[in-house]
Amino acid sequence: MKVLVPVKRVVDANVKVRVKPDNSGIDLSNVKMAVNPFCEIAIEEAVRLKEAGTATEVVAISVGASACQEQLRTCLALGADRAILVETDVDVQPLGIAKALAALQAKEEAELVIFGKQSIDGDNSQTGQMFAQLTGMSQGTFASEVAIDGGKVQVTREIDGGLQTIKISLPAVVTTDLRLNEPRYASLPNIMKAKKKSLDTVTADELGVDLTPSVEVVAVNPPAERAAGITVDSVEALVDKLKNEAKVIS
Amino acid sequence: MDFQIEDEHELIRDAVRKVCADFPDEYWADKDKRHEFPWEFYDAMAAGGWIGIAIPEAYGGSGRGITEASIVLEEVAASGAAMNGATALHLSIFGMHPVVKYGTDAMKQAYLPRVASGDLHVAFGVTEPDAGTDTTSITTSARLEGDQYIVRGRKVWTTKALIAERVLLLVRTTPKEKSERRTDGMTLLLAELQRPEVDISPIDKVGRNAVATCEVVYDDLPVAVADRVGEEGKGFRYLLDGLNAERILIAAEALGIGRAALRRAVAYAQDRVVFGRPIGQNQGVAFPLGEAKMRLDAAELMIRKAAWLLDQGQPCGAEANMAKWLAADASFQTADQAMQTHGGFGYASEYHVERYWREARLMRIAPISQEMILNYVTEHVLELPKSY
Repeated sequence: MKVLVPVKRVVDANVKVRVKPDNSGIDLSNVKMAVNPFCEIAIEEAVRLKEAGTATEVVAISVGASACQEQLRTCLALGADRAILVETDVDVQPLGIAKALAALQAKEEAELVIFGKQSIDGDNSQTGQMFAQLTGMSQGTFASEVAIDGGKVQVTREIDGGLQTIKISLPAVVTTDLRLNEPRYASLPNIMKAKKKSLDTVTADELGVDLTPSVEVVAVNPPAERAAGITVDSVEALVDKLKNEAKVIS
Repeated sequence: MDFQIEDEHELIRDAVRKVCADFPDEYWADKDKRHEFPWEFYDAMAAGGWIGIAIPEAYGGSGRGITEASIVLEEVAASGAAMNGATALHLSIFGMHPVVKYGTDAMKQAYLPRVASGDLHVAFGVTEPDAGTDTTSITTSARLEGDQYIVRGRKVWTTKALIAERVLLLVRTTPKEKSERRTDGMTLLLAELQRPEVDISPIDKVGRNAVATCEVVYDDLPVAVADRVGEEGKGFRYLLDGLNAERILIAAEALGIGRAALRRAVAYAQDRVVFGRPIGQNQGVAFPLGEAKMRLDAAELMIRKAAWLLDQGQPCGAEANMAKWLAADASFQTADQAMQTHGGFGYASEYHVERYWREARLMRIAPISQEMILNYVTEHVLELPKSY
């Protein structure tokens, strides 16, 4: 069974991000970048399937600028067998990424595609679902447990207030939640091996997909600074403030 | 000229950082306080294949250069592990260099894969109470009896002696006065250490207490001739051969401590509010930290250059020595300033900068004093008359 794992290059989770002065986006100059943590979980799950003998090949894919090769190398060091970069200078959005991945899937014909449930930069949580729709594959999102059983995948999903277990048919799309696994660290021998693994580059044109964004970002603003709290002297004053100032009760 | 950082180096840095993140400052403070070897950390690094980084691939390592090894040790130190972490690995990462270069194939097959996997610890026995930097004056001797040497003498500053299975021991096989040159007549033995003929006593010291450094007395210890490294009488030259690499790695470790100290100082200067504003807003607090950053970055450039030269097989004596001096100096100044930034709390163990400070102080002394580096630079680079 071939497994595809799309991964995204995002700002490192430990970086304190700053909004650009003109509010056009996040300032990414000289900022440490990393594999999106949910995508790392996806890679780990795929590599475990391979180690268990369920998967035969793990292919990591990224859509973005040539710098994404860094993150694909990381995936190779974590155990992916090869990597593909769909190289573009477009500031890609979920729909464009999903289209590019669907075009690749048409060639690769993987039986399982494991996504991170969302990226920590855009927080859209859309790409996996859009990809499933475009390819007509069944989907199990927000997985905290995945079990392959013949031609089926049993996915335990983290939903509001509990867990839901579903069984879907292969080929399938799974998106990973935080608790699915704890990703390993790259070992030195695997970093060395990664250098010899193939990392191919294709363009959107070669795939015949249009990556033009369909959503325009108007402005990016940092969250409002939290003001200091106050002490109220009675329950009445509290209720009054909750009603009339905070307007959280009526 | 190219300062582009290689992808592989970033991967190494990142991966080591992740392993180290599982061992926070509190872990190191505890190990330091209890004088306990950091086995959990050591085992985690061994499992990741990091210990064998500079050992040839043919003998179970990864065959990388000093550039890569220096990145690993810098990151270990910078994680807050400082010298408690770096020293735990240092000897295994680089100590076997004389065996790699001059050992017989049988010796390499027997020992290198075990060092690379982290299973075999080897200590270094060179310095003696009456022969520090003046190594040619050592008196620990070995006399040949049949197919073994009998070793007698006393060594100090043998780090990891308590846990090491073997020791790379420099002994005189010909007394200095009978040698043609004073650098002749010394032999390197890969001796067994945990033997009844060996007496090991840890030395009380200021810091880096997780890894014991010991005085070791050899009372007629037998060592098989097969455990001799290279030829008899050439041991000192074998050691000299690894000095530049050692300087560079030590410099990288010092740099790492400086980075850890600066990180804590900057965070404290941001957070600590006195007279209604963060103390880092005061230039008297901020400027020395700015200076520390510049000194560390400048030292790093010299480390990178020295490592690059060494990995290219080019002479790097001047650069390796200068890198050690600059990094040790920057590291201690930064650690001292970090303590100053923390005020009274810097003197308390809770904030960890006192631990960095104790360990950064060591870097100006060991494995070679700053003064001996100045001697090297004035004599060999500036060509001034030798002073000693």
